[in-house]
Amino acid sequence: MKVLIRHQKREVDVRGRRRVREVLVELGVNPESVLVIREAQLLTHDTQLGDDDVIELRPVVSGGTA
Amino acid sequence: MRCQRCTETAAVEIRRHHTAFCNAHFIEFFDRQVQRAIDDEHMFTRDDRVLVAVSGGKDSLALWDVLRRLAYPVTGLYINLGIGEYSEESYRKTAAYAEAHGAALLVADIPGEYGMSVEEFARATRRVSCSACGLSKRYLFNRVAVEHGFTVVATGHNLDDEAAVLFGNLLHWQVEYLARQSPVLPSTHPRLARKVKPLYRIAEREAAAYAIISGIDYIVEECPNSIGAKSLLYKEALNLLEQATPGTKQGLYWGFLERGRPLVEAQDTAVLRDCIHCGQPTTSEVCAFCRMTERAAERMRVRRAGAAAAVAQTSAPAETGAPLAVVPPVGE
Repeated sequence: MKVLIRHQKREVDVRGRRRVREVLVELGVNPESVLVIREAQLLTHDTQLGDDDVIELRPVVSGGTA
Repeated sequence: MRCQRCTETAAVEIRRHHTAFCNAHFIEFFDRQVQRAIDDEHMFTRDDRVLVAVSGGKDSLALWDVLRRLAYPVTGLYINLGIGEYSEESYRKTAAYAEAHGAALLVADIPGEYGMSVEEFARATRRVSCSACGLSKRYLFNRVAVEHGFTVVATGHNLDDEAAVLFGNLLHWQVEYLARQSPVLPSTHPRLARKVKPLYRIAEREAAAYAIISGIDYIVEECPNSIGAKSLLYKEALNLLEQATPGTKQGLYWGFLERGRPLVEAQDTAVLRDCIHCGQPTTSEVCAFCRMTERAAERMRVRRAGAAAAVAQTSAPAETGAPLAVVPPVGE
């Protein structure tokens, strides 16, 4: 599957069936810090993904002082 | 994973509440949390005129959207900070939302009004960018609110923002700041609007989920000046704890509000008076914003005078006493 890591501006290929949480662990991304999107739909961490999937990891953490 | 309210596939899991929702039921959850924050903390009623500070990011656009849907009379305020392409893009997102939803929006322009951006304020006064930016925004939120007859200023600070600020204040035992940290800061001066944070029960991840599910096009890229900001480090640390122990951030912040704040709120002894330059409330003779803009204007004047004996194009100091120019570009 293709994983677009939005905050790192890079795309990686992950081979084989995996659950969302396994993909995040493999990429070293804290699940608390991103949302996972496939075809404009949010996915929970137990969602099964396959080789044909394209997902986006959207960062949710913003900083600075308001 | 299934929605706990229906049989649909869940879109958002909320581990700290041991629950998960489909899109529609997540929006219901979000609305309930915001309504509860407003009611429990007596933030405002439908008779108040509420100014929502909007940056084009997920939190402020989500806040603007949910308050509009809950039928509160709200107007957006966008502040152009003059941060290059980032400010241009964040304005485009804000204006596009206002136009698409027929939402009232006011725009204040810092470079237009003061002759320089917040980054130039920061450089000229040797502050870090986030400090100059935060000071400018807090000042302008209040000034625009008061000058335009709004009783309340609402900001999109979420649970993660508040937990991170609290964490930082605890690390340094900033007791005065702890005393002032609250979802509601009442008006304690005739020219001070009430400040409220209706998203304090909402995690940052949930604010982003709301924006995505609602089809809100927000600026995802971070402000270039926030790289290395302490608040991001604190959030990262708290997210590590949250991942291992769901509910950590909520326990920290809500616990502080319930049990910690009563112990320290008496430490907030600030007495407000009028700034002798702009008339805005301050604890000193001249407010921090006027001090910063005047120092920045003076440095620019010196720099320009020293550059050459050419035509002196000195920047005028901030005009004092006169109302701030604010344009309603769309929706008004």
